[in-house]
Amino acid sequence: MVPNGSLGFRWGKAGQGHWNLDLGDTVPELSLLDSAEETVAVALPRFDEGGTEGGAVMVRGVPVRRVGGRLVTTVFDLLLAQYGVRRPGLPGDWPDSYEDASRPYTPAWQETVTSVPAEQAARIAREFARNAERTRGRSMIAMGAGTNHWFHSDTIYRAFLALTTMTGCQGVNGGGWAHYVGQEKVRPLTGFQHLAFAFDWQRPTRHMAGTSYWYLHTDQWRYEAFGPDELASPLGAGRFRGKAFADCLAQAVRLGWTPGHPGFNRNPLDLADEAAAQGRGVAEHIVDELTSGRLRFAAEDPDDPANFPRVLTVWRANLLGSSGKGNEYFLRHLLGTDAAVRSAETPEGERPEEVVWRPEAPEGKLDLLVSMDFRMTSTGLLSDVVLPAATWYEKDDLSSTDMHPFVHAFTPAIAPPWQARTDYDTFLALADRFSELAATHLGTRTDVLPVPLTHDTPDELAQPGGVVRDWRKGECEPVPGRTMPKLVVVERDYPAVADKLRAVGPLLETLGTTTKGVTVHPDREIEELRSRCGTVRDGAGTGRPSLATASDMCEAILALSGTSNGRLATEGFRELERQTGSTGLAALAAVREAERITFADTRTQPRAVMTSYEWSGSESGGRRYSPFVINVEHDKPWHTLTGRQHFFAAHDWISELGEQLPVYRPPLNALRHYGDEHLHEPGRAEVTVRYLTPHSKWSIHSEYQDNAYMLALSRGGPVIWMSTADAGKIGVRDNEWIEAYNRNGVVAARAVVSHRMPEGTVYMYHAKDRTVNVPTTEVSGRRGGGHNALTRLLVKPTHLAGGYAQFTYAFNYYGPTGNQRDEVTVIRRRDQRVEY
Amino acid sequence: MPRGTAPIGRVMAQVAMVMNLDKCIGCHTCSVTCKQTWTNRTGVEYAWFNNVETKPGVGYPRRYEDQEQWKGGWMLDRRGRLVLRSGGRIKRLLSLFSNPDLPTIEDYYEPVTYDYDTLVSAPAGPDLPVARPHSLLTGRPTAVTWGANWEDSLGGAPEHAGGDPNLSGEWAERVKFAFEQTFLFHLPRLCEHCLNPACVSACPSGAMYKRVEDGIVLVDQHRCRGWRMCVTACPYKKVYVNHATGKAEKCTFCFPRIEAGQPTVCSETCVGRLRYLGLVLYDADRVGEAAATPDERDLLDAQRDVFLDPHDPQVIAAARESGIPEDWLDAARRSPVYALISTYRVALPLHPEYRTLPMVWYVPPLSPVLDAVTSAGGDQDDPDHVFAAVTRLRIPLEYLAELFTAGDTDVVGGVLMKLTALRSYMRARTLGEDGDEAALRAVGLTAQEAQDLHRLLAVAKYADRYVVPAAHKEDAAALTALENRCPVETAGPPAEGGGTPGERAVLLGMPTVRRRGTPDAAAGGHR
Repeated sequence: MVPNGSLGFRWGKAGQGHWNLDLGDTVPELSLLDSAEETVAVALPRFDEGGTEGGAVMVRGVPVRRVGGRLVTTVFDLLLAQYGVRRPGLPGDWPDSYEDASRPYTPAWQETVTSVPAEQAARIAREFARNAERTRGRSMIAMGAGTNHWFHSDTIYRAFLALTTMTGCQGVNGGGWAHYVGQEKVRPLTGFQHLAFAFDWQRPTRHMAGTSYWYLHTDQWRYEAFGPDELASPLGAGRFRGKAFADCLAQAVRLGWTPGHPGFNRNPLDLADEAAAQGRGVAEHIVDELTSGRLRFAAEDPDDPANFPRVLTVWRANLLGSSGKGNEYFLRHLLGTDAAVRSAETPEGERPEEVVWRPEAPEGKLDLLVSMDFRMTSTGLLSDVVLPAATWYEKDDLSSTDMHPFVHAFTPAIAPPWQARTDYDTFLALADRFSELAATHLGTRTDVLPVPLTHDTPDELAQPGGVVRDWRKGECEPVPGRTMPKLVVVERDYPAVADKLRAVGPLLETLGTTTKGVTVHPDREIEELRSRCGTVRDGAGTGRPSLATASDMCEAILALSGTSNGRLATEGFRELERQTGSTGLAALAAVREAERITFADTRTQPRAVMTSYEWSGSESGGRRYSPFVINVEHDKPWHTLTGRQHFFAAHDWISELGEQLPVYRPPLNALRHYGDEHLHEPGRAEVTVRYLTPHSKWSIHSEYQDNAYMLALSRGGPVIWMSTADAGKIGVRDNEWIEAYNRNGVVAARAVVSHRMPEGTVYMYHAKDRTVNVPTTEVSGRRGGGHNALTRLLVKPTHLAGGYAQFTYAFNYYGPTGNQRDEVTVIRRRDQRVEY
Repeated sequence: MPRGTAPIGRVMAQVAMVMNLDKCIGCHTCSVTCKQTWTNRTGVEYAWFNNVETKPGVGYPRRYEDQEQWKGGWMLDRRGRLVLRSGGRIKRLLSLFSNPDLPTIEDYYEPVTYDYDTLVSAPAGPDLPVARPHSLLTGRPTAVTWGANWEDSLGGAPEHAGGDPNLSGEWAERVKFAFEQTFLFHLPRLCEHCLNPACVSACPSGAMYKRVEDGIVLVDQHRCRGWRMCVTACPYKKVYVNHATGKAEKCTFCFPRIEAGQPTVCSETCVGRLRYLGLVLYDADRVGEAAATPDERDLLDAQRDVFLDPHDPQVIAAARESGIPEDWLDAARRSPVYALISTYRVALPLHPEYRTLPMVWYVPPLSPVLDAVTSAGGDQDDPDHVFAAVTRLRIPLEYLAELFTAGDTDVVGGVLMKLTALRSYMRARTLGEDGDEAALRAVGLTAQEAQDLHRLLAVAKYADRYVVPAAHKEDAAALTALENRCPVETAGPPAEGGGTPGERAVLLGMPTVRRRGTPDAAAGGHR
């Protein structure tokens, strides 16, 4: 049987009403141990030994049966084999006991990796499980950036999920997996998404995954010391042999797995014109041009000037002083300014096989950098234009987070001072001028977007099994939306952009709003918005509800979201009931069906949001949000292949790395990949240490780190924490100036020496901008860098795997991580006389 | 003398504070909101009426707890009389112009600001502009070498924390500043608003006073002549000199808010919700006797004995006699501070041996406990045994005892046992079980008391944490008048008057400001 809740039930007509977790009378077998006809030995990956990151192989047996000529076992049996849980009668190499430190996954073995005593690890595990048993699932792992930013953070996550799932803690208030990385939970999600991305006027939009974008456009891909094959398990099929990480990215874009922008090495407006001139469809034209080789994806040649990003607008972010990993590469290649990159480029022979390598790496790809901020950060200092922005206390805005159940308003206490404007007014001003110029320069044009196969759509069925078939290599036909990105045509009325920004567009009635696969129809809300915000009297938005002010926008977001509109929440749950056949979902929202949270309400006081189809938790009856509560309590499937949480993941690229199960992978072996990075100046003691960048308690990212009170309560400028032992090795005392350098850049900071730090590891707070108390360095002779001067991006190919079930792209949900934890740096004491 | 055998004297009410250190995460929100409210001004840049220290560590100002050096607080003379450690009246008068027991600015830190304007005004140059530190005292570029919270999270501890005056005695030799033995906790501090304030007694000008109505200790800025005797006398070093005016300033316990029935700013903004505010009734006539208790380990009980049970009909009658209004008596009965100090006896005073009878008390920190299961005799193999006995915690009992019980580890251990029993009991209750009442009885709690204490400590609702009765409008004139004086009789000389030589402000042992811009602009930064 195919169990209810599997992917097919979600997207096929026949499955309607069966996309649920009800197994009826079927009782799935957890293990075949008692009923097996035979046993077989399975080769499983291990990553704690071996000559490459890909590790080695161990052999442990599982019980099997033959079904339809195939050997079958259960995931549970495989999992126990992977984790070395010895059971009688199974072949292979098993640990003798928990005390066996020589074989993977025993408590004694983990001690050799983590230094946590084996007994302690075992005791915590027992307590975790016992507590889960006694509390019916209220054991929790709360994790943050400490695990999130490692290269193999996905395997760490999967281990957490396996643990909390096996102990029955998922979807339980007080249990499960709680993360505080990314607290930007936009509770009024539907209204926000549809208005912020202009889905009320045209769909879709050019969303991008940040890591992929900066990896290519800041040329970090040119500095790789090893390739993806290094990561492949000996059990893989050699799919990455000869490839570079950039090749993986280009292929993933080409197969429709992940977004790539710009899309092509030709203006999409011209592509549409060409198609029209030839009297054929745009998609057909593009496929033809691609297969003939006359057109390329931009990701295949990022250093072609045709593919440069030219204009960058940074809105209230500190890309160049806080978040941009590999900051010095940004400076050199994106901006073309002084940079402290010390790395050599990838040598010939190890360069990408597909992505075009141009002999000279471009420097200064951008023509214009605009930033909007209320602080002068490094990003502002490096911008061509800085637009002064209003703070939270000078504008109307909405705020929500996953840390509390409220949506609340920002309201201006004072008007924006001097020339500052609110974000909304700034964008309106830009739109007005753009539209004015567009009347002359652009007019009305046809645009075409390459759109990746997308999560929560039937695209999840496009590439069954996660089997890689590349049309470029003739392994299949190029079919947009199946074997390659969808090619979506959008008519653009450029002079009308400002008008459209000021009005709620018509697609909300004609298409409704769609969030995570659930469509609702806010007809009544549009009518209500006309009376609340007024109706536009002229221009492209004539007759539509007005969005003339930020307050109107907030009103519209609240009106269109289930979390703030009980009628829409209930309608969404009714739609989910239709899809799942489950009853009781609508009741979660119906208790507050008549409620509307208006912007005026939020200005009066924070308002508790409603339970909505947009999220997986229930807040009905005063409960607090906990993820997956609705799945667990109402048999609503997870959005995966089986509808269940997966211990086992099947996709060609995941198999290639040996990561079908939640395995342990160590941090990347930086010393082996990058070698000795010491300058070896005579008489200068140096030490190579792991370099971590945890959150500071003195700032929120780079915000407030320059505040005099925060500086007075910390050390008055950038610091690097290091252990007593490491400080001793380089003869440095507390608060002395040190320099940290590696192939990515150079940092000057003061040392905080503490026994709280383990030997061999230092950390510098994320995100110390370089605007306060940063001297010039001895190593570069220039201003020292911020914390990201020592980091760079690394793209893990499995994060690009797409086109199949849960492995499909979703904006802000799925894509390569910005990891930087696996880095090392050299540290030495410097001349204590610093120059600024 | 235990209560019940002695007649009740003058009953007074004090708004007091308790902090539950288990909940302090060291976020310093209290410090920043306090500073923004009270000391964002020229002359007090270095002053933090509220600060948070990492313990172990030398604190702010450095080693302020070393009274051998700083001569703060009270001591008993050879005849057992209470005298200021800084000396009698004659000695203090002789040292008016050269007080040797004052911390210098280096013991606090040199306050700095940054030339932020550089970031928007710097001309094109070879490097990105950077804002560098400038002294707020001299206006010149400076290097940051110490701060109000230099030791945060054990930064620099291997070098400095050995100087923590609490690390004394043989046990302290076991404290190794090594990774595997790391322990720390945060200690938020403000003026203790003592029942027996040494600062008030030491003031030659009669400028420092303790309000009759609510016990808040304040400085009359009109009377202060800048003698700085209060700075020396305060063992907590919570009186600061404004180097621009030359006068003493200190924590006001946010009296304008307290008078309006609102929590102090530090309490209101406390993210960890660890602060409690409420009334304590006390017998003003017995303060001096308690402060002079011969054995310093008896001071805790002596101070508790000065406090009056607000439920006792005799106390209520005496309080009415002393003019305490009915709503204040009601508030005293609901006081979380009285409950934590006297009913449940889980709160302890900071350094009772200073004999000032401080009125900001602390519930000592329990965590981390888990590591100590085996060494404390717990059952390693029983996963249900998650709470251990408390005698082998990461934080040495001796250390906590130095801070809170004049070295008596039994008392601090008893409090931690009580907290541990409470956790175990409430965990059982949460699991739907009855809980082990025998274990509760062993620490002196009934089931009902345990549930009430859990509500107060763990649920900690705003309305339960802060029970502050508003000042009475009919007292408004008195509250604003300057006739208020220390209501407490002391064994020292009268606080009033004597020896005020003229009106001239006194130059201090600190550099004065030579400011470049407008005088007030840079306090706490330009932006």
